[in-house]
Amino acid sequence: MRLRTIAFSNLWRRKARAAFLVAGILIGVGTVVALLSLTESMTGQAQATMQTYGANIVVAPDGKDVGLSYGGMSIGGVSVGDKVLSQADLERIESIPARSAISVLAPELVGAVTAKGQRLLLMGADPAAEFKLKNWWSVDTGRPPANGHEVVAGAAAAKALHLQMGDYVTIRGRRFTVTGLLRETGGQDDQLLIADLGAVQRILGKPGQLTLIQVAAKYGVTPVDEVVRQLDAALPQAKVTAMQEVVKSRLHAVDQFKGFSYAIVGVVIAIEALVVFITMMGSVNERTHEIGVFRAIGFRRVHITRLILLEAVVASLLAGVLGYVAGMAVTYAVLPAVAKEAQVAWMPLLAVAAIALAVVTGGLASLYPALHAGKMDPTEALRAL
Amino acid sequence: MRAPVTERDDRTAGAAAAGAAAEAGEAGRDAAAQTAPAGQAAVDERATRFIDVRGLEKTFSGNGAPVQALRGLDLTVVEGSFLGVMGQSGSGKSTFLSILGGLSHPTAGSIGVDGIDLYKLPGERLADFRREYLGFVFQSFNLVPYLTALENVMLPLTVKRMPGAEKRERAESVLDHVGLADRAGHLPGKLSGGEQERAAIARALVNEPPLILADEPTGALDSETTVEIMDLFARLNGEGMTIVMVTHNPEIKRYFDRTIVLRDGRLDCELPACAAETPL
Repeated sequence: MRLRTIAFSNLWRRKARAAFLVAGILIGVGTVVALLSLTESMTGQAQATMQTYGANIVVAPDGKDVGLSYGGMSIGGVSVGDKVLSQADLERIESIPARSAISVLAPELVGAVTAKGQRLLLMGADPAAEFKLKNWWSVDTGRPPANGHEVVAGAAAAKALHLQMGDYVTIRGRRFTVTGLLRETGGQDDQLLIADLGAVQRILGKPGQLTLIQVAAKYGVTPVDEVVRQLDAALPQAKVTAMQEVVKSRLHAVDQFKGFSYAIVGVVIAIEALVVFITMMGSVNERTHEIGVFRAIGFRRVHITRLILLEAVVASLLAGVLGYVAGMAVTYAVLPAVAKEAQVAWMPLLAVAAIALAVVTGGLASLYPALHAGKMDPTEALRAL
Repeated sequence: MRAPVTERDDRTAGAAAAGAAAEAGEAGRDAAAQTAPAGQAAVDERATRFIDVRGLEKTFSGNGAPVQALRGLDLTVVEGSFLGVMGQSGSGKSTFLSILGGLSHPTAGSIGVDGIDLYKLPGERLADFRREYLGFVFQSFNLVPYLTALENVMLPLTVKRMPGAEKRERAESVLDHVGLADRAGHLPGKLSGGEQERAAIARALVNEPPLILADEPTGALDSETTVEIMDLFARLNGEGMTIVMVTHNPEIKRYFDRTIVLRDGRLDCELPACAAETPL
């Protein structure tokens, strides 16, 4: 038999107190893990968006705004109404001094149409440029449209119209062949039928008109701000928005959340330590008599201190493991609500840190109760003797 | 069970190696190592004064007026004797036992066990002394409720460096010795009062101490169990173990080979010399 046998037996015997101790640490560690993994996941998503879209710029008519989501991130408004973009605006973009910094130029025209009795959005685009820019688009089966008689259907649109590869769909008297089905994106793209820009302009009766132009700027050639400034100058009637700014603001918000999280973590750790301290002090005072017996039969002070610390560390270790699992479970449950497209960031170090945090906090908070137990006068503890 | 007198120097040497040797005992052992007749004389002297109490005083000074529990107690106990300590409540019996057990420091005087001046032991060596030299048997058994009888008996061995199997073997052997082998795996709550007392005695014996201190060990037992337990103590004493027992119970004084009576912190008298009216 060793000290740990006594520690385990005592924890097992005083289940309610041990459970309270474990729960106190578990909640603390779980909160810390959840907050840190949430902020890390959100930061990761914002950074991934930056990497994926680079310095994408959206050129839209400057007018009455309607909401538009781009790659799952709100980029402000797209104008509808009197002011529209045109093919001429494309040429103006081509003529800016920083043209060499532009890698992709993707004009789009979007309009509502009816097909098979269903209202849906038809997008006219340059398929090659569009698919290059929206690299999250993936055609599960088939290929992008190659001519004015072909169309690719978004996941929701294909489902609504019961479209399969090779089916035909007639829009305003023009028959299109379905050459591809987009994999579900979870965004507005799922509602689209995507066809050649010229064909859509003719169908919608808007020859030469564009809803917006998406621009991909290369990293490192010209500062993105400079490209935006030149586009602004070349297109005074348009609103130019750099995706980078949207992402940057998201990152800034995440940073603020991170700072707030760290403050919460500090408070949670302090409360956790207090819970451990109070529980362990209670346990020591409850066991005064028992400690007196240990001392009377020859336990040194250090043995008593070690015994109390051992109990705290065993409970903390268990709470650390459970706290990490609970924290990650909370992250899984909460993350979709705070950042839709974010993936849970698995950090092995966080697991180690969570367990270490539990053990260190549990150990430090139990230090005084353990020393106090070691210093107990055996005569006082035994009273009878 | 008992470490024979002839082995006592080995025990002392072992305890010293473990950090429990008494500084005061060194001179005696050195003297014993001299010529054979002189050495034998030293051993006899230590056996005669196995417990050596001189001018023991203890004053408790709490919030109220100081209370003098012991007022200059002098006593010597021969090794292997069975000493009964009697007296009325407040006479200083328990205080004497706690000081003899190294649990409470005296206000004045000295107390020696086997040549070791207890309260001159440095630091935590008093704890080592309790572990190596003493076995406590408490009135209320004081078994740890969440440990089995066997684990309770093994408790003093917990902090000793020895193989787990040896600890277990020794505890089982002692439990067998006190007639509790078949109850080894039971928690104290599942044992009768007599069985708990036997477990407590086994715990006191497991380290093979030369001295057993018992504080009212039969106080919570019925008369039949009291006889069983006292028979067990008598058997242990017969094996050579020194026992000091504090009791209120005059029925058991027949087991003692010497009985002292304390009154107001002093040695009042010794049976059978005490006056008939001396309160016990």
